[in-house]
Amino acid sequence: MQKISMRTLPLLIAVVLLAVFPMFGDSYYSGLVIKIMIYAVFALSLELLVGTTGLVCFGHAAFFGIAAYVAALLTPQSGPAPLLMLLPAALLITALYALVTGALSLRTRGIYFIMVTLAFSQMAYFVFHDTKIGKGSDGIYLYFKPVLEIGGWMPFDLDNGNTFYFFTLACLIFTYAFLAMLLNSRFGKALAGIRVNEQRMRAAGFSTFPYKLTAFVISGTLAGLAGFLFALKDGFVNPELLSWHQSGAVLLMIILGGLGSLRGAVLGAIIFTLMQELFQSEEIFGSFASHWNLTLGLAIIFLVATLPKGVIGLPAQLSARFGKGASHV
Amino acid sequence: MDLSIFLIQCLNAVQYGLLLFLVASGLTLIFGVMGVINLAHGSFYMIGAYMAFALSPIVQSTVGGGFFVTLLFGLVLSALLGYVLEWAFFSYLYERDHLQQVLMTYGLILVFEELRSILVGNDVHGVKVPDWLAGTVQLGDVMTYPVYRLFISAVCIGIAALLYYLIARTRLGMMVRAGASNREMVTSLGINIKRLYRMVFAAGVVLAALAGMLAAPMSSVYPGMGNHVLIICFVVVVIGGIGSIRGAFLAAMLVGFVDTFGKVLFAEAAGVAVYVLMAAILLYKPEGLFKQG
Repeated sequence: MQKISMRTLPLLIAVVLLAVFPMFGDSYYSGLVIKIMIYAVFALSLELLVGTTGLVCFGHAAFFGIAAYVAALLTPQSGPAPLLMLLPAALLITALYALVTGALSLRTRGIYFIMVTLAFSQMAYFVFHDTKIGKGSDGIYLYFKPVLEIGGWMPFDLDNGNTFYFFTLACLIFTYAFLAMLLNSRFGKALAGIRVNEQRMRAAGFSTFPYKLTAFVISGTLAGLAGFLFALKDGFVNPELLSWHQSGAVLLMIILGGLGSLRGAVLGAIIFTLMQELFQSEEIFGSFASHWNLTLGLAIIFLVATLPKGVIGLPAQLSARFGKGASHV
Repeated sequence: MDLSIFLIQCLNAVQYGLLLFLVASGLTLIFGVMGVINLAHGSFYMIGAYMAFALSPIVQSTVGGGFFVTLLFGLVLSALLGYVLEWAFFSYLYERDHLQQVLMTYGLILVFEELRSILVGNDVHGVKVPDWLAGTVQLGDVMTYPVYRLFISAVCIGIAALLYYLIARTRLGMMVRAGASNREMVTSLGINIKRLYRMVFAAGVVLAALAGMLAAPMSSVYPGMGNHVLIICFVVVVIGGIGSIRGAFLAAMLVGFVDTFGKVLFAEAAGVAVYVLMAAILLYKPEGLFKQG
C-alpha cells in the first residue's frame, strides 16, 4: 500500500497542479499547457509502440494529422458538430487507417519498419497536400468546437473559458491511466516480451503478429485523439500536421524523456515543447530567435549524445558515474 | 499518348532515376557498410546544389572558369566536408542504436537547414546552364529535348559504371564489402577500418553533393530541396534492399519511371504513386528486391 502511494504521489500532485493551474496562469500559459498536454497524449501513444513493443514507428504524425483533418472536414461551415459523433468518427477512421497500414508495415522489421512507416505517413501527407480533399497546402479552418448535447442537456461547453483545458486534461489522464492498465495486463506483458525477444515469444506459443497489430492500432488511435484535440485547439489544420518533421518531433520527445516509461514520455513532451518555446523567444535569444531551428538542432544532438537513457534515466546515470561504490541497490 | 511525347517522358524518367541513384547509392553504401541511418543525407544534396549557386561567382572572380571548375571545387569541398563530418560526428554514431542515429541526424538536418538560411537566405535561385550545354536536340519534327538533361544522364551512367567497377572489381571494393559483412575480422586482417569508413562516408557525401550540383541548373535551388530528395531516396533504398548498390540502381529507375509517368497520367495523385509502388513491392518482398546477405 505504501509502495503504491509512493509511486503515485508525484502523479497525483502533478494532476492537482494541472487542475488548479488555469486559476493562476494567464491565457498564454494555459494555452501553452494545453499544447504540452496534447503532445503528452501524442508521445504516450508512441511510447506504447516504441518503448513497450520495440517497434520504431517513424510515421506517427499520419494518425495525428488524419484525425485532425477528419475533425475539420466533418464540422459543418455553419455550426458546430455533435461531439459524440465527431470524436468517434475521427478515432474510428484513424483506427482503420492504422489497421491497414499496420497490417502492411508489420510484415517488415527493424530498419525496414522505420522506413515503411515513414513512407506511409508521407503518402498520407501527399494525399492532403496534393489533392483538393483538404484544400491542399492551404489547410482548412474549423470555426466551431463540437458540442456535447444529450437530449437537450449540455454538461459542458468547450468554447467556454477553461472547459477545453479541462477536457484536454481529462483526455491526458484517461490516456495515461489506460496505458498504465494496459501495460500491467497480460497483453502488456506480452508486448514487452515481444520487444525483448520475439523469437522466444513465438516459441512460447504466442502468435505475435496479432499482438503487434493490436498495439499498432491502439497506438494510432490514441495519436488520433491527440490530433483531434490539436485541431480543436487551433481551429486550423494543414498538411504540416502529417509531415515527417512532426513524426521526428514526437519520437524525439519519448527519447528525450526516456524510453520504457510512461512518465518519460510525458516528461519528454514537456521538455520538447518548452525547448521550442524557449528557443523561439525573442526576449532571451534576441534576433537569433528567428534561427531557433539551429539551436534546437544542436540541443537535440547534445541531449541525445549525453543522455542515452533520457531525462528519466539521468539519476541512474549520475549515480553510476559519481556514486561508485555507494549504495546501488 | 503520342510516341514522341512518350519518348521524351522516358528520357525524363531515366534522367530523374539516375539522379536519384547518385543520392541513394551513397545512402545505401553508408548504411550497408557502417550501419548508420543517415537522415542528413538529403542535406548533402542540398549543400551541393547551393554550392553550385554560391561558389560560381567566387570561383569566377578568383580562378576564372565556369560551371566545371565550380563543380570541381564543389567536389573537393564536399569530400572534405564528408571527411571532417565523419571524424567529428558520425564516427560516434556507429555504436549507438538506430533510434539514436535517426534522432541525431535529424538534429543535424535542422542545423544544416538553418545554417543555409543564415548564409544564403531563403530565396529560390536559378543556376545558369553552361553555354555549350544550353542547346536542345531535335526529336522528331516538333519536339526538342535539352542537351543538359542528356548530359546529366551520361554523367550519372558513367558514375554508376565506375561505382560498380570499384566495388566489384578492385581491392578497395573488396575491403569495403568485407567491412560491411564483418568489421572485427577485417580489423584483425590488418586493414585500417576507421580510414575505410571515413573514405566510404566521404564518397557518399560526394555522390549526393554531385547530384545536387548537377540538378541545380535544371531545377533551381530552393530551401527544403534536400528533404524531398531524402524521403524519395529512402523509398529507393528500401525498395532496392538496404545496402545493395545494384538494388538501388534498379529501384531508382523504377521510381523514376513511376514518378514521371504518374505525373503525366494522373497529375492529382502523383505524389502518392511512388509510395503505392513501395507498399506493393514490400508486400511481395518485405526486405526489398535485393537483400544484402
